[in-house]
Amino acid sequence: MSASYPSACVSTNPWLNHSATIARITQETPGVATYDLVIDDESVSVSFHFAPGQFNMIYLPGVGEVAISISGAASSGPSIIHTIREAGNVTRALAELKEGDSVGLRGPFGSSWPIEQCVGKDIILVAGGIGLAPLRPVVYEVLANREQYGNVSLLIGARTAAGLLYGDELETWNQSIDVQRTVDRSTSEWTGHVGVVTVLLERLPIAKPKNTVLMTCGPEVMMWYSIRTALSRGMTDESVWLSLERNMNCAIGMCGHCQLGPQFVCKDGPVFRYDQVASIMKVAGL
Amino acid sequence: MTQPDSTSSTVAPNEEAQFLPTDRLQLLIDALIADDRVVIGPTIEQQAIVYEEISSVDDLPRGWTDVQSPGNYRLEKRDDDTYFGYVVGPHSWKQFLFPPLTVVATADRESADTKWSMQAPQEDPLRYAFLGVRACELAAIAVQDRVFLQGPYVDPVYRARRDAAFIVAVNCTQAASTCFCTSMNTGPKCKSGFDLALTEIDGGFLIECGSEAGAVILKSLETDDAGSRHHDLAENAQQQAVEQISKTLDTGGIRDLLLGNLEHPQWEEVANRCLSCTNCTMVCPTCFCSTVTDVADLSGDHVDRKRQWDSCFNIDFSYMNGGVVRNNVKSRYRQWLTHKLASWHDQFGESGCVGCGRCLTWCPPGIDLTEEVAAIRLHDLRVPPEGSSS
Repeated sequence: MSASYPSACVSTNPWLNHSATIARITQETPGVATYDLVIDDESVSVSFHFAPGQFNMIYLPGVGEVAISISGAASSGPSIIHTIREAGNVTRALAELKEGDSVGLRGPFGSSWPIEQCVGKDIILVAGGIGLAPLRPVVYEVLANREQYGNVSLLIGARTAAGLLYGDELETWNQSIDVQRTVDRSTSEWTGHVGVVTVLLERLPIAKPKNTVLMTCGPEVMMWYSIRTALSRGMTDESVWLSLERNMNCAIGMCGHCQLGPQFVCKDGPVFRYDQVASIMKVAGL
Repeated sequence: MTQPDSTSSTVAPNEEAQFLPTDRLQLLIDALIADDRVVIGPTIEQQAIVYEEISSVDDLPRGWTDVQSPGNYRLEKRDDDTYFGYVVGPHSWKQFLFPPLTVVATADRESADTKWSMQAPQEDPLRYAFLGVRACELAAIAVQDRVFLQGPYVDPVYRARRDAAFIVAVNCTQAASTCFCTSMNTGPKCKSGFDLALTEIDGGFLIECGSEAGAVILKSLETDDAGSRHHDLAENAQQQAVEQISKTLDTGGIRDLLLGNLEHPQWEEVANRCLSCTNCTMVCPTCFCSTVTDVADLSGDHVDRKRQWDSCFNIDFSYMNGGVVRNNVKSRYRQWLTHKLASWHDQFGESGCVGCGRCLTWCPPGIDLTEEVAAIRLHDLRVPPEGSSS
């Protein structure tokens, strides 16, 4: 819920898409790829700044827009990095594109992870599936300033081993922070944990629950159980954060689609402190 | 209003109020047209009073009134020849400031091999003059100002149209059975947010001025100084509207009441009557939901990003990742009502309802939101119950 203000890129006309070139495509897992985008207009490109947890609207003319969290480091240079799962019309059309092709981009939008509040504290990150992508900028921030944070654990769940994102990087991360993985369904080559990610959380030592911040992103039910587990381990509503997903059409709080109770997920979220949404998350169909 | 976010600029009526005889009303329309404005006013079409471009007093619904109740709207002949002797119809001024269909951005390319050029063109907005804006409608415009102008982002389409608009308000001198502006504290008297405000009285109009732009137009008319008789007549006429308002909505603690009763059985009950037809959201002067979609021409090289009014009653509205969040009428009606009367307070610091009654009138089964709220209040399920004794 960190205060975020419109960047120079969207302050003049929030509907304006900036042309961006796909500098690189990295196939991550089946149906998931990472796109490095560079805004063509250099003056816009250098003024683009985001906070971990924020998202962009990615636009394919004639197809439409889709809200995608930024999955790269804040210091990734001109490249703005998005890890995208094929799910709907726009993401399927994106999957057809190749390096050098162009897309439109508006952003960044929304709230960010409370990294500045984590200094001196222990951190637990709980990611499910593609939910690791919006948390990766947090990991990068922690690795870049490792001494500022206490114990840091990254708990990752995926349906199968083939669905685990950022496989090569995880080994590197594991040298600085505690990375644990689990899969719902084991395959012959998998020798690690099997089961839901909340089991990892239940087993995780939480030495100082009042001095620990949890951030989670993934399927809503996964976040729900992770948060319940965290609270049962002595953590408080105020130190638990989650990133929610709703249909975002305008990204600027004007189209009404993403409302969740009083919240516009696009501009009040997507990152919420748990007490902001605790009561409304319990109501089906809200 | 040329300065929508200025604070109340009402001029004390007794200081500068003028009297415009009935046969000189055309001068006002002429002055607005001479000011290079498209004048939008009430006119009769398909047996309803709607807002469209007018150029003459003959376009106005003179001698007609509207009779309204939940699910019912009929025009009837009046026994006098007043110009503004009706209440509100299916239209609101929303359609001119927040157009039902508009292009917010474009994308062009020369051929499939070339890059897209993406623009968000700034249209030269029409200079509108709205004639006949009621107090509840002034309040509705102020509500939408907060949505489109006063958050972290500004909608350039609304901004351009709103800045250029000139508002001639008309004080209600009668009310419909569906009106409840007195409960919402929005009317029936026009207090601010207008350039000029008329009250129709015997033989003419009392005109109050609310802005410098209004003063310029007023000066160009052949008005007389208003006398105490004109003021008395206007006050009586306005009081008549107040006395005719019979519908009430108890707004005491309404936010907490509704958000504390999200699982109330009344939602299921109203869902049995609600057709999820979207009428209430289309006629509502504050509903702002929309969807932007890409519309390409046949070549595929020119794309308009078109924003169209949408509704939380449409099933697709909450579509996400292959599923729909609000997949039944109960959840969609609850979303509409709780947004309008409860969570709007969290989002914009005020109610989203101005008490115009359109959603009652234009609801085919005649669902009355004041009755739905009353039913929930009667059986408040919050634990411990509070505020249910009123």
